[in-house]
Amino acid sequence: MACAASTDLLDRGWRVAPQVAVRPEPFGALIYHFGTRRLTFLKSRPLFDVVASLEQHDTAREACCAAGVPEQELPRYERALITLAGAGMIVTADEP
Amino acid sequence: MSASLVDQLETGLDAPICLTWELTYACNLACVHCLSSSGRRDPRELTTAECMAVIDELERMQVFYINIGGGEPTVRRDFWDLVDYAVAHRVGVKFSTNGSRITAERALWLAQSDYLDVQVSLDGATPEVNDVIRGPGSYATAILAMERLADAGFTGLKLSVVVTRENVPQLDEFKALADLYDAQLRITRLRPSGRGADVWDRLHPTQEQQRELYEWLLANGDDVLTGDSFFHLSGYGAPLPGLNLCGAGRVVCLIDPVGDVYACPFVIHDEFRAGNVRAPGGFARVWRESELFTDLRQPQSTGACVSCGLFDKCRGGCMAAKFFTGLPLDGPDPECVLGHGESLLATRGDAPVPKPSVDMSRRPPSRACDESPLTILHAR
Repeated sequence: MACAASTDLLDRGWRVAPQVAVRPEPFGALIYHFGTRRLTFLKSRPLFDVVASLEQHDTAREACCAAGVPEQELPRYERALITLAGAGMIVTADEP
Repeated sequence: MSASLVDQLETGLDAPICLTWELTYACNLACVHCLSSSGRRDPRELTTAECMAVIDELERMQVFYINIGGGEPTVRRDFWDLVDYAVAHRVGVKFSTNGSRITAERALWLAQSDYLDVQVSLDGATPEVNDVIRGPGSYATAILAMERLADAGFTGLKLSVVVTRENVPQLDEFKALADLYDAQLRITRLRPSGRGADVWDRLHPTQEQQRELYEWLLANGDDVLTGDSFFHLSGYGAPLPGLNLCGAGRVVCLIDPVGDVYACPFVIHDEFRAGNVRAPGGFARVWRESELFTDLRQPQSTGACVSCGLFDKCRGGCMAAKFFTGLPLDGPDPECVLGHGESLLATRGDAPVPKPSVDMSRRPPSRACDESPLTILHAR
């Protein structure tokens, strides 16, 4: 498998939270949480691709791989996803 | 906020981040600093069906929320229906009100929605300071509305204050007042827009007060909302929280009651009118293709400010503040922290300043002429 290095977050399934909308923009995307009113900038297009496709993959790692994120960049993407999870923008796939 | 993102935002977005929509110019108050010179209803106001069509468009463009104002938007008979309609179409609503129509029943109704924010306006932490600006009894009305909303268990209440020379000393009192009603304090800049032009000279904070305000904002950080309206003060030191740039036509705009689209809520003037939502192509075409907005998204001339070491922080300040004080748009803000704006104002003399294109004030027309949040998180 191309993307190795196991971590907790990357090896779980995620999806965009139900109260959240993602809007692509030239710089990446805007992601808005209707509940917390929090707006976040996704400052790269690949990060948007990852977030928007989370639900179609079993793990976040797979979503990153499919979006063409190079392995050495994975820690950066993981940090971004941790931040998004902390803000409730993305939730684990098994959360209701 | 990284410089590159600011640069990106200055070239515009596919849709506004935040859109202000003044639903009516009608108002039961006559605040001396009203940015939209409101008072009387314009008979050409967008109809309910037209408003709903605009909301449909905003939904398609994924405009996440709108700031509804006026005038006093709640005086429109279809106001609550429009709020309902927007929320049902995943367009969040934050509306500004003087509180006069927030009955106990309405407060309960509002408390049922998760997608609604209510912003009650108050410009003094005491009736003495407030009522001079907003009119007799307006303090009591606003407080009663906040009480009712708090009693109803409403969450998402904001106390909205325009900072003036008179209320700068009350900043802590405003914060305490907001806390009392479980509200978030939102303070914004007084602009010389609308009737604000008539009082700006005597009501805008002094240079000393601006420094005080800046320190207070830094100390309070993300707890206090500002609509990013004080970025011109970032030249004092560390940048203030939020987007430190002028978003006019780039990330924000205004739709007025008759459907005219302006670059921002503070520039209701022909020169900043980009189009009308009633024209073919609707709002989306105005946002994406209008000549004015296309121009605003080009690199702007920085004129006299180009050699200033603080330019990267204040970005030249507020376009509306410059325009309506008669200063060149490519020069310093009238409240430039280095005092360059003030010096320019002193040399301005009696040269006429531009007047707003709309004046619905309920007063005899004057002889001469007739006329924003964001919580940001860095996901990287």
